[in-house]
Amino acid sequence: MAFTFAAFCYMLALLLTAALIFFAIWHIIAFDELKTDYKNPIDQCNTLNPTIEKVKKIKRVKIAIKLVLPEYLIHFFFCVMFLCAAEWLTLVLNLPLLAYHVWRYTSRPVMSCPGLYDPTTIMNADILAYCQKEGWCKLAFYLLSFFYYLYGYTAFSAICLTLKIMQYLENIHTF
Amino acid sequence: MSTAGFNSQNGTGTGQTYTNGPSQNPVALQQPPGVGYGMNHQPAYNPMQTKVLGPPSPALYASGPYQPVPPGPQLGSYPPPPAQPLLTRPPIGVLPSHTPPQSASPGPGPRQAQATPPAQATPPPPAVTSTSYYTGPPAWQYAAPRGPAPNHVNPAAAAPPHMSHGSAQPPGPGAPPTSIHGYPQPGTAPPPMNPPPPHTYQPNRPAYGPPPTAPPAGPPGATGTPPPPKVDAQSWGAASSARPPTEPDTQEGDVECPGDVAGNGPQAPNSYNHVDNRMAGAAQPGPPGRHLGHYPSLPPGYQNTLAPPPSSLHPALQAATQPYIQGPQPYQQQPGGPGPDQLSPSMAAMSLQSGTPEALRVVNLLQERNLLPPAPVPAPTPCLTQDLQKLNCSPEVFRCTLTSIPQTQSLLNKAKLPLGLLLHPFKDLSLPVVTSSTIVRCRSCRTYINPFVSFLDQRRWKCNLCYRVNDVPEEFMYNPVSRSYGEPHKRPEVQNATIEFIAPSEYMLRPPQPAVYLFVLDVSHNAVETGYLSVFCQSLLDNINALPGDSRTKVGFITFDSTIHFYNLQEGLSQPQMLIVSDIEDIFLPTPDSLLVNLNECKELVQDLLKSLPNLFEKTMETQSALGSALQAAFKLLSPTGGRMSVFQTQLPNLGVGALQSREDPNQRASAKDVQHLSPATDFYKKLALDCSGQQVAVDLFLLSAQYCDLASLGCISRFSAGSVYYYPSYHHQHNPAQVERFQRDLKRYLTRKIGFEAVMRIRCTKGLSIHTFHGNFFVRSTDLLSLPNVNPDAGFAVQMSIEENLDDMQVVSFQAALLYTSSKGERRIRVHTMCLPVVSSLSDVFAGADVQAVTGLLACMAVDRSVTSSLSDARDAMTNAAIDSLSSYRQSALTIQQPGLLAPACLRLFPLYILALLKQKAFRTGTSTRLDERVFAMYQLKYQPLAFAMLMIHPALYRLDDLSDEGALNINERTIPQPRVLQLSVEKLSREGAFLMDAGLVMYLWIGRNCHQNFLSQVLGVSSYAAVPEKLCLLPELDTAESQRTRALVSWLRDQRPFFPSLHIIRDESQLKPHFMQNMIEDRTESALSYYEFLLHLQQQISK
Repeated sequence: MAFTFAAFCYMLALLLTAALIFFAIWHIIAFDELKTDYKNPIDQCNTLNPTIEKVKKIKRVKIAIKLVLPEYLIHFFFCVMFLCAAEWLTLVLNLPLLAYHVWRYTSRPVMSCPGLYDPTTIMNADILAYCQKEGWCKLAFYLLSFFYYLYGYTAFSAICLTLKIMQYLENIHTF
Repeated sequence: MSTAGFNSQNGTGTGQTYTNGPSQNPVALQQPPGVGYGMNHQPAYNPMQTKVLGPPSPALYASGPYQPVPPGPQLGSYPPPPAQPLLTRPPIGVLPSHTPPQSASPGPGPRQAQATPPAQATPPPPAVTSTSYYTGPPAWQYAAPRGPAPNHVNPAAAAPPHMSHGSAQPPGPGAPPTSIHGYPQPGTAPPPMNPPPPHTYQPNRPAYGPPPTAPPAGPPGATGTPPPPKVDAQSWGAASSARPPTEPDTQEGDVECPGDVAGNGPQAPNSYNHVDNRMAGAAQPGPPGRHLGHYPSLPPGYQNTLAPPPSSLHPALQAATQPYIQGPQPYQQQPGGPGPDQLSPSMAAMSLQSGTPEALRVVNLLQERNLLPPAPVPAPTPCLTQDLQKLNCSPEVFRCTLTSIPQTQSLLNKAKLPLGLLLHPFKDLSLPVVTSSTIVRCRSCRTYINPFVSFLDQRRWKCNLCYRVNDVPEEFMYNPVSRSYGEPHKRPEVQNATIEFIAPSEYMLRPPQPAVYLFVLDVSHNAVETGYLSVFCQSLLDNINALPGDSRTKVGFITFDSTIHFYNLQEGLSQPQMLIVSDIEDIFLPTPDSLLVNLNECKELVQDLLKSLPNLFEKTMETQSALGSALQAAFKLLSPTGGRMSVFQTQLPNLGVGALQSREDPNQRASAKDVQHLSPATDFYKKLALDCSGQQVAVDLFLLSAQYCDLASLGCISRFSAGSVYYYPSYHHQHNPAQVERFQRDLKRYLTRKIGFEAVMRIRCTKGLSIHTFHGNFFVRSTDLLSLPNVNPDAGFAVQMSIEENLDDMQVVSFQAALLYTSSKGERRIRVHTMCLPVVSSLSDVFAGADVQAVTGLLACMAVDRSVTSSLSDARDAMTNAAIDSLSSYRQSALTIQQPGLLAPACLRLFPLYILALLKQKAFRTGTSTRLDERVFAMYQLKYQPLAFAMLMIHPALYRLDDLSDEGALNINERTIPQPRVLQLSVEKLSREGAFLMDAGLVMYLWIGRNCHQNFLSQVLGVSSYAAVPEKLCLLPELDTAESQRTRALVSWLRDQRPFFPSLHIIRDESQLKPHFMQNMIEDRTESALSYYEFLLHLQQQISK
């Protein structure tokens, strides 16, 4: 029984990690756009109204910024799932990121609403570079964990399957 | 032929006399409303004017949840909020006759245009072909050899004999008063640069420190090693009083000594001669640093680190009694003098690199004391060819921390100096103005054409930022100045590094907004107690005709305590109507149309209101303050048009949104531990400021308060909306007359100064450089774009830069700041500043180009950021480390031969002093009782003030006043302004017989010694004896004596140089303010801080680790 729950956890984590990868990519794109905004002047000249473009970009960045909290919650959610499933190794692998999320959120700037990024400081080159690096690191982590979960899921499924087959065979044998 | 219409502006034609072409910008400090500008190219404005004037129906406010109350004596009994059930109703639904505020408002232009902030909208240019973009290493036009011909140097070297007397030096970055009207164009007669003659300061000599007979610290000839710093020490004394030869800035170099500018180059072979003669001609008040410079007593541990006195080297020179002449001699004797083996290592090194520039002369800080030049430190001149330097931007507007840009980031990292720009872009200047239907810009990077582009031929120019080759448009071929065709390189755009364009309609996202001023006034009990209201109303009444604007100018007033009061000033009313809204949780505008009114049409009502306002709230007992709601209401009122909001606040807001708690613990003020609460307590003000910024509203905050007001939180409202912050601690109309005068003067300047609306500033730089961080008051909208809802001529900005790509193939790099704004007359204008700097590849050249003041200013900005994001002690450590790192890097990498002592290049000789001054500045000091608000305000000032004023706040200037003479005085507008020597900030320099003026930027102290000359007391202060000097004196009496006139001329000249009004306190030994005076003596030891010498020892310890 425990095996099947663990497999379910892995399956869920697999799907959620796919979503997290998507979030991370969006994060990277958003900050890259923020950084390279107006850096490609030819494009800028070709757009009729750069301001409209700008507003779009700001919206996209805002969406990315809004994705921060869901990302943290999703990650927290499947960490709890792994805890319930007693998958200690997986949990330990995820703990550093969990701790980082907690630290990141507690050390955020003073804000009345949920969020992580302060529009007044985000254009600071250090912070921008940090956020970009953070995005890349997370993407790498999620990608690795995606394959890890895939492996875990298939492994557990295989084990389950073999167990079931063996059980079945035993049943047959007992018959 | 040419489509460029050159409007003949109302030129004040001081420098340039174009009859049909770019003409001078009016000084615009006090523009009379309604000056007709030729705006025929902007026909879109007119419909708006009629729209603005449309009067809304007066019936609008007949019904509604507000209560029209005519202001008058009966207002003192206005009902308290709970007694007004109507007022608490939500705004929507009870105002059926209302159209939504925005649509009913007289906002110009379509809605979507208002919502989008104006960017530098550009006309869609044709597609750029990639083949023509950045084609390889260019034939760079300015690759001229930088080393000057020897005969460049000689005239300058010969100059001192005839420059030895007469007027003193121009005050450097501080700008002579004329600079308000314009910085000198090349070709205008500059003030003569004359180092004061030696005897000028002779009377001062006894006061200057230890007598010349003070024993040298190091045992003479104790060691066998030749004394390396000999040359430096000998010449130093003279050099410290003379302007170093790197100084001739753009104002004067061209006329007086043409060789100077080029003579500083690292490759200048003859610069030493030039230096020497300058020094010989220049005066030195005291004995040279060799004698005076020694600290009288040294801790035993350091004695052996000091070099033996230089006199052991040249016995022949020891006989010389005239130390001033000694300076040049060692250099001249160098080639034929003692052999290389006898020379000190450093001198040998020097003679090898035959042309070490003055800026790199090694200075042993531990040995040399008189480092402070007698006049304000001028900006160093970049090492460029003379033609380029002539065109370069004024250092008052644009300054770089490193006037020689390192080639790579690793070289910059090695130098450990910050790279950045300090800007004062909207400074009051008189500029050439160009009106043209097309503004020539690079098609790829949108750089404005500037003096540093290169013309490949008649029809093509190459951008100096991205190196794209562009076509010269047909109309640019015509030169309106000379009225000739085919000389694009003679156009004013290519002749001036600072220029202003009248922008065509492509640069507008909406019709230019009118000037809109909204005043938000605190009228709680506390505010009425301070009595600021009458001062404000009187100031505004006096200056109401001088408010910058045109016929569309609008004004409005909001007052608030626990409720918000609006004033209906609609034309046709017999007197202003007060509308009270007590629903502060959900604020709304009672009559959106009639709260902001056209100033010209409703001037009488406005004046009526201003006259009655002070009396209106005389008896108020309301102590609460709903600032947040008042700001929200003001934002709603201004958001359709944008404009300026001036907020006057006297206490901590404690009601409704944005309420704050007192976070300051008075017992912790003096604690040496970390200072808490430097960051905002709530983001309400920041968010509101960002909303304001989006709607082109700037908020200026006037804080007049005796108690803690949490400026760290409140200040955000101005910081991110590009406003300014004024702080008057302990303001009271009776108890603090100095503050009242300051408030009055500041207000006058504030109301009448030039203003630019809906502005953006973009800073472009040559490919390879990139912008790291901005400092100042603004919102950063993009990596290189600042959103400035308002821009005012008193705002400074700082930009940290980084080098992303190596600048290998470049001789020069350029920076361009373009400020697009709407003038108060409704014109869209672009002000463009371009600066060009050389690129160097060796570390010593990087050090040679360091601008110590700019470095200090930028470090201060960075330290403010650090203390907010991290902690104050972190910021203090970072500043100390900045000094340690750069000096140790200089020692390790730039110095070829090691020698003992704390060595610094001459251009950085003041760096440790400035760092120490920063550590003792109000913003960063610890251990001294400092109110949190004052500390935060000092931090704001460091970031916001232009460099010249920020430097005064960091390192005040000390002058001796009791022996002022007209010798070396400036003559401005037939007024003689004495130029006393700047003294070191040490008690040692004070004497009981004298009177000393300390100019600390925002405040001046005149300290009267106990035994001050009777003459000074009676002739200047008008008192009979020292005891008769009043305890609180803030005004110099106007006596008809020469001494009094001189003193007052100096004080008022110092005041006129800055846009704010420093109050003067005349203090005696036992005055309450004496500790404030003494805290500024930064070279002295205090209970909690090191003295300058101890600080140097600390640096040396760290460096030698």
